[in-house]
Amino acid sequence: MQILYIHHLLLFGYVFRLNLLKLPVVQATTLKMQFMLLFSRQGKLRLQKWYVPLSDKERKKISRDLVQTILARKPKMCSFLEWRDLKIVYKRYASLYFCCAVEDQDNELITLEIIHRYVELLDKYFGSVCELDIIFNFEKAYFILDEFLLGGEAQETSKKNVLKAIEQADLLQEEAEAPRSVLEEIGLT
Amino acid sequence: MYFYNVNELYRAMSPSVPLQEMIRAIRSARTQCEERGVIQRECAAIRAQFRQADNGGRSHNLAKLLYVHMLGYPAHFGQMECVRMIASPRYSEKRVGYLGAMMLLDEKQDASLLITNSIKNDLSHSNQYVQSLALCTLACMGSAEMCRDLAPEIDRLLRASNSYIKKKAALCAVHIVRKVHDLGGVSCIASSGGTPSDNSIPRREPNSVLHGAVVLIIELCERNPETLERFRKTVPDLVQIMKGLVLSGYSPEHDVAGISDPFLQVRILRLLRILGHNNEGASDAMNDLLAQVATNTDSTKTVGNAVLYETVLTVLDIKSESGLRVLAVNILGRFLLNNDRNIRYIAMTSLQKIVGTDHNAVQRHRGTIVDCLKDQDASVKRRALELSLALVSASNVRSMMKELLLFLSSCPAELKAHAASGIFNAAERYAPSQRWHIDTILHVLTTAGGDVRDETVPNLIQLITNASELHCYTVHKLYRALLTDISQQSLVQVACWCIGEYGDLLLRGECQETEAVQVTEDDVLDALETVLQSHMSSPATRGFALTATMKLSTRITDNVDRIRSIVSIYGSCIDVELQQRAVEYNALFKKYDHMRAAVLERMPVIEKNSPGHTNGESTGEAIKDIQPAKVKQGEPLLPPQPANQVCDLLDLLGGSEETLQPCPAVGAPAPGLLINTASTAGGDLLDLLGVLEPAPLAPAPTVPVYEKDGVTLTLSCEKQCDTGLTVTLTASNSTDSDISSFTLQAAVPKSVQLHMKAPSGDSLPARRTAKVTQMVVLNNPNKVNLKMRVRISYTSQGSAFQDTVQIDSFPGLDAAGQ
Repeated sequence: MQILYIHHLLLFGYVFRLNLLKLPVVQATTLKMQFMLLFSRQGKLRLQKWYVPLSDKERKKISRDLVQTILARKPKMCSFLEWRDLKIVYKRYASLYFCCAVEDQDNELITLEIIHRYVELLDKYFGSVCELDIIFNFEKAYFILDEFLLGGEAQETSKKNVLKAIEQADLLQEEAEAPRSVLEEIGLT
Repeated sequence: MYFYNVNELYRAMSPSVPLQEMIRAIRSARTQCEERGVIQRECAAIRAQFRQADNGGRSHNLAKLLYVHMLGYPAHFGQMECVRMIASPRYSEKRVGYLGAMMLLDEKQDASLLITNSIKNDLSHSNQYVQSLALCTLACMGSAEMCRDLAPEIDRLLRASNSYIKKKAALCAVHIVRKVHDLGGVSCIASSGGTPSDNSIPRREPNSVLHGAVVLIIELCERNPETLERFRKTVPDLVQIMKGLVLSGYSPEHDVAGISDPFLQVRILRLLRILGHNNEGASDAMNDLLAQVATNTDSTKTVGNAVLYETVLTVLDIKSESGLRVLAVNILGRFLLNNDRNIRYIAMTSLQKIVGTDHNAVQRHRGTIVDCLKDQDASVKRRALELSLALVSASNVRSMMKELLLFLSSCPAELKAHAASGIFNAAERYAPSQRWHIDTILHVLTTAGGDVRDETVPNLIQLITNASELHCYTVHKLYRALLTDISQQSLVQVACWCIGEYGDLLLRGECQETEAVQVTEDDVLDALETVLQSHMSSPATRGFALTATMKLSTRITDNVDRIRSIVSIYGSCIDVELQQRAVEYNALFKKYDHMRAAVLERMPVIEKNSPGHTNGESTGEAIKDIQPAKVKQGEPLLPPQPANQVCDLLDLLGGSEETLQPCPAVGAPAPGLLINTASTAGGDLLDLLGVLEPAPLAPAPTVPVYEKDGVTLTLSCEKQCDTGLTVTLTASNSTDSDISSFTLQAAVPKSVQLHMKAPSGDSLPARRTAKVTQMVVLNNPNKVNLKMRVRISYTSQGSAFQDTVQIDSFPGLDAAGQ
């Protein structure tokens, strides 16, 4: 009886091994930014960039909850907080909160630097940027962000190069929107 | 008709307004209703514009729609317009179209597939800015199918394009690797990923490309251990690049507060960490560099600290030499003293990770950590609490506990429960004396009694019964606490129990350990009655009080009549539980008075998790064996091979990493314990103490662990010794057909030894006519968290069945498996 059991276990142990493919160990060290939100002190969203697939409803819910949580924090508090299963890094610049959600635990400090770099880029582009600039030129804010971050990771570490690229792209856009005659504009031609 | 300016003309001829006008109009709306009105008008106009074939303002219309979407209004009708705009030849339209795609389309929408072709075309566009748009969009919202389709394109762009595109292609590849898990796609990227920077001379590539390449390599190495091996040979190159960054002079383009390209530095350090993890050779190669970075980096600004932080994390994760490790821990110590709260926070997070392995090093900073308990910020407080609890040891327990108790009285509500249970655990492990232990628990109960877990009461009672010489002291203290405050239920319950049990000591008046107070019988009964009658007392508390009153009838002499009257009053109480007790006690007074003294005498010392649940049964076979065979330490167990294979299974059992590994020899694995404070075993101790009625001990707990298709499996366990445990599995079959070839296999965590005894049989007749029992003897020398996975297989009506069940909690054991 005893021998039978060892045998069984050998057999089944083997089967166990086959059935459960040993997947390579995925060390959770990826620093993936899931989303970035910019919002005012009244909780109005000024920019939202999502790097994970979520439905509109889910995005709205997350934004609402997170904005409430951050607005409830006192001024001198830590810039990092654990929220759901994400690490949130946020910083307030004048009347705007810049908030990033990263997946991993490590190095929140460099995320702060990323936020800071983005603010610097906006500042250089708009010349002393303020919230109104971002409201009325929101698409430009997105374009700048897309030139700085790609898929949630920093793509260009030199400020100069990012701004140069934006400049070129803007020129290209202007050429594309070549001036048309007034008549063309109002559809009479 | 006159038009005063072009704007007016424009407005007159077309119903919609330019983007900025619209934004202004929306912002000037004074009410939500007004805003909605403006937006509805605009959306109608936009929709009309979309339907027109071609008009010059398409990009502006879409931009308007995107703004409206950002305010939270529905904009799905813009999805097809995005698709159309992306396909347009004009750059301005493409730009807004792609932006719209990223905002309105996500991979779950069907429309997102329609842009795959456009992206494909744009990836080969002559203009790099168009290519850039496509790459950006793909990396932001590309679904798995899109990624699979376009992987070859990205591959091509990685190899043969200018650096502007190459850096973007690298990050796009990262996204692809994350989405597409099959190795076929990944390996094609892997082979190309190997080429860009590391085999060619590194310094020729601009930093941005290096950055992208490093991120890509990190991603690949994490997904595939073979790739990791392959890239290990790039460590010298990476070290060179890093040295260049650290020691180079000022580079205006990449400089941030004196650090040259911190983003790239941090990424390289992370890659080095992955490559050096568990590998001596690689770790040696980077030792010098890490030391250099750690000493040369300026730490006055956040950016310098970011690099230092990454360095520290790397040092702690590779096989670094001890001097380097000490350096790293010292850096963390310096962080702890930093004025910036953020830095303190991350320092504590890192120290938490190494408190198990480098316990002594962390102990050196205990003072600072304890100071952080007083910080204003809740996140910092939380971290400090975790770390402080981990640092409690036999030598510092008194001082630490003082600080922790101080913290408990002022800590935020969400941390109270955690703090209380942490303190209990620490007290239990390191109590220098029983009296100190009892004092500590009492202190916690008075400050945070509402937040302690339920099993605290029986645990405390058990502790008290064990400290026989302190009964007098304890009951005096509890009595005094009861007089001051009867709102903390746990405290009141324990106090009532003690007064009932040791009332005679209380009345005797003298006590060595504490100053004596003259207590009369009336005083005591008054106190108990107050508890009984107070609306603050929960039903359970009142039960305690009533039983205590009853017990006093044998311990006091004069006021037995008073007790009799109290008890009979409650015979008509609305609460059924109390009523039942009162009636029973009444009966004790009347019919069974001769038994009363015996029934109410002093309780025996309660052993923790005693195995002797001999009375009663629910599944007879399980309990029949009152003396199961003792497990010898060196007992021959299963041949190692199958055990390993079965144990491999256990790696995937999940649960916390820490608890499945054997505890390190040095330093107490306090974090592991802390994490598992959500214990489940209080229930059975409570059964033991019952509700202090003189009823027989509760029957041995037998827990059903599996029930499916008529097959039931129950489990009960008995402790043999400190680390040994016998688990009995009983199976029965309630279907109408017999079951044959019934077998059980079991698997347990790696450090636990398992020995399955022969089962009583392998057939389960129908309708529960007979059962099959099998005993499993476990030995848990490292006292890890005990889990077991049981595989059930049998044949019924000619077909074979198989199922697996995981058992996480064992009746009769507390959370630590002890």
